[in-house]
Amino acid sequence: MPLLQLSPQGLYCAVGDFFIDPWGPVNKALITHAHSDHARGGSQHYMCQDLTKPILQLRLGKIAVDSLPYGKPVWHNGVKISFHPAGHVLGSAQIRLEYQGETWVVSGDYKTAADGLSTPFEPVACQHFITESTFGLPIYQWAPQAEVFSQMRNWALAQQSKDRIPVFEAYGLGKAQRILPAFAQAQIPIYLHPRIWHTHQAFLEAGVDLPTVLPLTAAHAKAFLPEAVVIAPPGSSLQAYLPKNKTVSTAMCSGWMTVNAQRKQQDKDAGFALSDHADWPGLLSAVKATGAENIYVTHGFQTIFTRYLNEQGWRAQELKTAFQGDAATEEESA
Amino acid sequence: MKKGWAQYVQLWQSLQATSSTLEKKECVAAYFAQAPAADKTWALALFCGRKPKKLCSSKELLQWCGEYTGLPQWLLEEAYQFTGDLAETIALLIPRKSPERPNQAFGSVTEQDWDLVDFLNQLLALSIATAEDKKAFLFSFWQSSSRTQAWVGHKIITGGFRIGVAQTLVQQALASLLQQSPADMALRLAGQWSPLTHSFDDLLSGSGAAQDQSKPYPFYLCHALDLSLAELGEPAQWQAEWKWDGMRGQWIKRMNQCHLWSRGEELVTENFPELAALVADLPDGLVLDGEIICYQNNQPLPFAHLQKRIGKKKPSKKLLQEYPVVFLAYDILEWQGQDLRAQPLHERREKLTALCHRFPLSQLKLSPSLAFAQWSHLETLHSQARAAQAEGLVLKHQDSVYGTGRKKGDWWKWKTAPLHIDAVLLYAQKGHGRRSNWYTDYTFAVWDGEKLVTFAKAYSGLTDAEIKEVDAFVKANAKEKFGPVRTVVPQLVFEIGFEGIAASNRHKSGVALRFPRILRWRKDKPLSEANTLADLHQLLKQYGA
Ligand SMILES: [Zn+2]
Ligand SMILES: [Zn+2]
Repeated sequence: MPLLQLSPQGLYCAVGDFFIDPWGPVNKALITHAHSDHARGGSQHYMCQDLTKPILQLRLGKIAVDSLPYGKPVWHNGVKISFHPAGHVLGSAQIRLEYQGETWVVSGDYKTAADGLSTPFEPVACQHFITESTFGLPIYQWAPQAEVFSQMRNWALAQQSKDRIPVFEAYGLGKAQRILPAFAQAQIPIYLHPRIWHTHQAFLEAGVDLPTVLPLTAAHAKAFLPEAVVIAPPGSSLQAYLPKNKTVSTAMCSGWMTVNAQRKQQDKDAGFALSDHADWPGLLSAVKATGAENIYVTHGFQTIFTRYLNEQGWRAQELKTAFQGDAATEEESA
Repeated sequence: MKKGWAQYVQLWQSLQATSSTLEKKECVAAYFAQAPAADKTWALALFCGRKPKKLCSSKELLQWCGEYTGLPQWLLEEAYQFTGDLAETIALLIPRKSPERPNQAFGSVTEQDWDLVDFLNQLLALSIATAEDKKAFLFSFWQSSSRTQAWVGHKIITGGFRIGVAQTLVQQALASLLQQSPADMALRLAGQWSPLTHSFDDLLSGSGAAQDQSKPYPFYLCHALDLSLAELGEPAQWQAEWKWDGMRGQWIKRMNQCHLWSRGEELVTENFPELAALVADLPDGLVLDGEIICYQNNQPLPFAHLQKRIGKKKPSKKLLQEYPVVFLAYDILEWQGQDLRAQPLHERREKLTALCHRFPLSQLKLSPSLAFAQWSHLETLHSQARAAQAEGLVLKHQDSVYGTGRKKGDWWKWKTAPLHIDAVLLYAQKGHGRRSNWYTDYTFAVWDGEKLVTFAKAYSGLTDAEIKEVDAFVKANAKEKFGPVRTVVPQLVFEIGFEGIAASNRHKSGVALRFPRILRWRKDKPLSEANTLADLHQLLKQYGA
């Protein structure tokens, strides 16, 4: 029997009697990262990377949770468990399992290029690798972060010169922290929407060094700094927080902004292709670096990516999980 | 280093990025202010829809992309399926160069030492080349292109390039840049020219007396009637005419040349050769204001007929026979080279009537002045407008001069009530700009037996409070999601008004409406009492083309 299996509750390790990113309440849950499609409430006990812990507590309330630094192993019913950097968001991890010489790595969500904030992705050698494939199409090839940041800055300045307030829509966990330096390095003040303020504070309390930001509050509306940008979660309402006489220009920061038709569908003023997931070359290099004999593809374009891997001589199969097609939560991290 | 190609791509990108006409105009003007001289005429040609021939088929392009990237065709097809635009797909598939992928050079920096004219000249030269040569060109093009450059390049190469900007907007942008009138710009661009034979300066900045000769007078426009008829005073002081449903135009003959202008300051002489031909019969130094309209068997035809002719330069014989037009003259603005606009209307009318009698031409007709002794007679006439194929009435004061623009008081239009039908809301989509959070764009349907068939889209006509109410309904009753479109449970009934109806095989319902809009929300009407497709076809029979 393989060490990891797909059960109705998600990926299950029978020997260790625990789940990884289960999609329902279980006894013991190992969590790759705190995005809502991976971290769900109701379980008896959680285990995650140190920096994921405060966010998990923020999002799931009072829970029993243990945390580990990257690379430090623990044993559970004889199964060796360790967390390794996934480079997706702060605290995100790949989970490695080892038992009687059998090794598995569950990637969770990951990206291979460093973002300057989360600990960069480290390939972990294994026999069985479960990879995501959110952007598993060859049209997805990310531009260097510095290039996107400078485009974002230029757009923001152009909006300000037309007397509009630039608003960047970014997912609350990950993107909202990642893009801060784009503005902070140029001394552009940043307002954070209340819905992402708490995540920001939790990271500060956990000792993460983040640029200085201002809270977006109704009280600020009157004294709004004209040279500032606003960062807000997608689709959030801003009316209460901004000066009445000003127009807003909204930009979306997401890997989904790559394709023109999808950019248009969002109906924003601008779109920047900036993703916390691996692009096509990133996925391929990650698969290669693990040296795994068996590849399981989940979370995205699994059919296409699996077919391609098999044609290229890998032994790959699709892993159909509840992640897919769940539009509401899928949006969280793209 | 030549930058013209990169600048042109930048222009294309900026034009895509904004929906504001003003910003588009600024982009166009900024481009022409700094583009290399030789590029400007080519850019103008592309604006005017003069595209180079396509270099290769989409299939060839996909195949070569496969060879270049080493990706299998099925994967390219999947990517194309997902993206929906071949030119864009291939631009995205070409490996992006970045310092993080060291064996490739850096991406967004252009390495192409080209102007637009160089790019187009290469295409021109390649048009007779072998497939192998075309492929070799594309491989080197891909090596040196940013994604947007590749995207625009692919569009031009596959013959699908559209810049998506109205020509009038380009004329206005050039006019402000060169400090000339938009009409002048239109005129200069309208003639025979080619980037191969004309420079930008030849084309646009020569000061020609010939151009002034063709200039139209500014059109004088009517105000919508917002008074009661009695308030207008004595009926005898007013001239009434049908408000024709065609295209307002000015017919000019000066120096034995004919120039026909539309109200949008667009030169349309080439579109209506039968009106240009009048030049042989009418005297010189003449300017007429009137309506260009399709006309057959002594009857004006609905606007849908004229629509087949609008925008068609050099129409075919068949089109000319099937959709013949006439010029229904309203007014005479110049006679024997003399500007008559300051004369009172009744004097101009006398001259116009005399002219039309002296020159009985089948393509020139006098728009009749309608006799009425009392305001009540005029009301009767108004109710007959639709039967006369008119949109309503126009009232002009007998003493009025031919002014400029739109002034209130002496020229009024009195439109008929629109046609209307009760329809069911079936699809909703979010609006733009200020309304981007609300579902404000609706598609409506009528009953066809047990089924609902969509027949019109409408965006306007509801109050903000009503929009909020409909929005909440859509959010609570959405059934399916196709991109930004939501299918809703059929329940809400609206009265849809429109100005005209025509048969159409492009629409499922078999009809196309002119200016559809929401007249009111029929909260009083149950779903079952919405109109039927048969009702719509009845309207088509009565009023349609
Ligand atoms: Zn995820
Ligand atoms: Zn995630």
